[in-house]
Amino acid sequence: MTTKTLPLADQDKTACSTPTKSTSTTNACRMCMPLGACLAYTGFERTVPFLHGSQGCATYIRRYLISHFAEPMDIASSSVGEAATVFGGEANLRTGVANVTRVYSPAMIGLASTCLTETIGEDVDSMIRRIAHPTEGLTAQTGQEIPQLVFAPTPSYAGTHADGFHAAVKAVVVEQAVAGETSQKVNLFPGIVSTADLRHLLEISAGYGVEPILMPDYSDRMDGSSAARYDMIPEGGTTADQVAASGSAQASITLGGLVTPGVDLAGEYLAKTFSVPHSHLPMPIGIRLTDEFTDRLSELSGAEMPTWLAKERGRLIDAYIDGHKYGAGRTAIVFGDEDLVVGVASFLAEIGIKPLLVASGGRSGFLASEIARINPDLPDIEVLDDGDFNEIEARAKELKPDLLIGHSKGYATSRRLNIPLVRVGLPIHDRVGGQRLLHLGYRGTQELFDRVINTLIQVRQDESEVGYSYM
Amino acid sequence: MTEVLAARAGQVIRSGVGTKKAIDCEKQSVAGSVSQRACTFCGSRVVLYPIADAVHLVHGPIGCAVYTWDIRGALSSGPELHRLSFSTDLRERHVVFGGERQLEDSLVELIERHHPAAAFVYATCIVGVIGDDVGAVCRTVSEKYGIPVVPVQSEGFQGSKKQGYDAACEALMTLIGTADTDGISKHSVNILGDFNLAGEIWIITEYLRRMGVEVVANLTGDGRVDDIRRSHGAALNLVQCSGSTTQLAIQMQAKYGIPFKKVSYFGIDDMAAALYAVAEHFKDPEMLERTRELVSGEIAEILPVIEECRRDLEGKRAAIYVGGAFKAISLVKALRLLGMKTVLAGSQTGTPDDYEYLTDLCDEGTVIVDDSNPAELSAFLAEGKADLFVGGVKERPLAYKLGVAFCDHNHERKLPLEGFVGMANFAREVRDSVCSPVWQFAPRHQANAAVKEA
Repeated sequence: MTTKTLPLADQDKTACSTPTKSTSTTNACRMCMPLGACLAYTGFERTVPFLHGSQGCATYIRRYLISHFAEPMDIASSSVGEAATVFGGEANLRTGVANVTRVYSPAMIGLASTCLTETIGEDVDSMIRRIAHPTEGLTAQTGQEIPQLVFAPTPSYAGTHADGFHAAVKAVVVEQAVAGETSQKVNLFPGIVSTADLRHLLEISAGYGVEPILMPDYSDRMDGSSAARYDMIPEGGTTADQVAASGSAQASITLGGLVTPGVDLAGEYLAKTFSVPHSHLPMPIGIRLTDEFTDRLSELSGAEMPTWLAKERGRLIDAYIDGHKYGAGRTAIVFGDEDLVVGVASFLAEIGIKPLLVASGGRSGFLASEIARINPDLPDIEVLDDGDFNEIEARAKELKPDLLIGHSKGYATSRRLNIPLVRVGLPIHDRVGGQRLLHLGYRGTQELFDRVINTLIQVRQDESEVGYSYM
Repeated sequence: MTEVLAARAGQVIRSGVGTKKAIDCEKQSVAGSVSQRACTFCGSRVVLYPIADAVHLVHGPIGCAVYTWDIRGALSSGPELHRLSFSTDLRERHVVFGGERQLEDSLVELIERHHPAAAFVYATCIVGVIGDDVGAVCRTVSEKYGIPVVPVQSEGFQGSKKQGYDAACEALMTLIGTADTDGISKHSVNILGDFNLAGEIWIITEYLRRMGVEVVANLTGDGRVDDIRRSHGAALNLVQCSGSTTQLAIQMQAKYGIPFKKVSYFGIDDMAAALYAVAEHFKDPEMLERTRELVSGEIAEILPVIEECRRDLEGKRAAIYVGGAFKAISLVKALRLLGMKTVLAGSQTGTPDDYEYLTDLCDEGTVIVDDSNPAELSAFLAEGKADLFVGGVKERPLAYKLGVAFCDHNHERKLPLEGFVGMANFAREVRDSVCSPVWQFAPRHQANAAVKEA
């Protein structure tokens, strides 16, 4: 396999046929920034996510993530009330930090703001300095050892959950990364992927002898085992030492990383600050995009693809061939996070299923150009930026695809239009195991391929008057 | 025993232990306590959202609308507008320049697209801060389309769900009394505080129909705007989920002279008591007779199920943490009927009266808790050796992680738990979870087994 360097997505926004935009949003295809930040923070060891805002934000996000991960998800809140909205929320933040420290004994509190506290102009950075101040801060006041406090600004109106996720990862890296003699380690920024994806990324990296620093890694915490005792902060997550070492890693890889303009990536920060070379790769879904990823690992490690992985790749190609006729001429609509839909659309293209519409609630502005860059042979794909399910469903009625591929929020559309939904991404709250679906690598693609093709086969089988038992 | 934050010390008591003291409640959540509560917006949304022929427009950035999209199984027998999630989806430019224009354009767009009977506009946290005059926009649009466009002052930071309930009741009061009440029977009620989860209100309505009672309006499960507008013509208000709509009942009594009764439809005792209360209110001997027949017939039908489940559940221990304490009271009784002892009874937003009743009702030593959190709840579960946790989505992973059975008594229930048939469903669901063979593998049970062997 040859090594290709992938440039950043084009800076020009490719023209695409976007349906008429509504003023209002109906059935959003995205979540809010604080949700992404909270999820990212759970991927750092002994970290408690903490939202500076009204109590509802933390609770709603907990509820939402619990229905996907089926794991406890504790998010603290400064519980800003009417008085704090008028006079400022610093006292609430201070009390909140003290209480979380007391009950959870965290190593780090991952703070993120909300619409409310951003709009009333809270200067959280300054507040943190005062709370952590050696002589006037909480420690001096209460005798408590205060955990590390990091902060990411995440007002819902400024971006999506994916933006909040990357903002939080960057906040941790800015706080913890230090310079050092360049090591053989590789920083790996996976973006929002499943717990199974995170585990698989570690496995693949290890296969090349690469020691990855996976930031964040919530694979244990958000997919843990049954316990005899309740852990206030479940084990797992990227350690502070690992993040510290990210400043001296030999390279960084960001998977996806399509963010709203104005949001910086941790990989870019490390490149600027510590000159760690940064490559921006699409999510490794499908053979071509997984090859990009494994080629990069090979290049960084000087190692060949491990045998087990080469076999997985071989089996995937074999499976593509075995199943190709079931997908031939079929069509799909793909929706979800920008990074994920780029990968899924490219995967579909390489197995002969045409993605008629690729939709996302994201608004990086690069979705169309990124898909076009990876799939130059697919000229007339519709791409919907900043979309909602009102628009997706309207297009689905017109385009009549054979499949919908996306998260559980597409179920209502799938049901109304009687188009099967293959579930990928987040949230998946109407199936067991959404948190541990594998999407990435040859193995993840294999699982996705089987699910996609079997869905098509089942439709054909169900529609058959004969009821063939071999399809 | 778990450490309760000093600021919360008064919000945890034990029934019957030491000197009797009242629990602290109706307080703002303590910062950093990881409360299970949501916010004012949540309270308003919960109460109003089941009105199925209205547009429910969340005015704010996207999060609040996303997290409340179709999360409750509030069923409708007709239109299902309430199952769509509408948002003005405010962006940075609106925060800077104001969101009134965005609100007005959104309302116009959605009203022309869906032709609703009314629209509710929920103000979220930042709306007041950026200075939008939601009331003025609502008036303009209402005049243009000739339908009620009702502002709901539900900024999240105002407090807990309770303030949101009040804002919702205020919004409802603007609809009530705006339509003709001709032809309403003298034996008529409104059903308040039932949200028709899993079709529960249809069970209650059917009981009332068999008794000879007309239901004028559902507030708000399977609710319709036009019914609500004439609900001041009903002779009696039945108030369930007392936290959410008692305020509305009080206001309707003051303004329209409609008496109300607080009822619960959970469990055999409370369900029967609710129906008898209605029959007694109307002082109609024939209705009372029909009610007796109905109750005895229904109970006879489900008793075998209850008895069968009780055989498996006798002596097991239950923990309860729900939204309102009034529901916890019914649950303690229902669990007792199944032979189960309650070791923890708590709620997010109980009132002093509810808690006092609950404390008296529970066995000695039961933990009574207001506005609790994962740290406390997990400790109480372990300490009370609970076999079952009854709660909502956020409580489920706590229970499961610790190897404790679970019954969803909140948003996500798919089987009706109200009415007599609901009690049978509850019994089966509790048994299915408590008696599942999977627990034998849970570390907690293996640890217990090892202790027993030793």
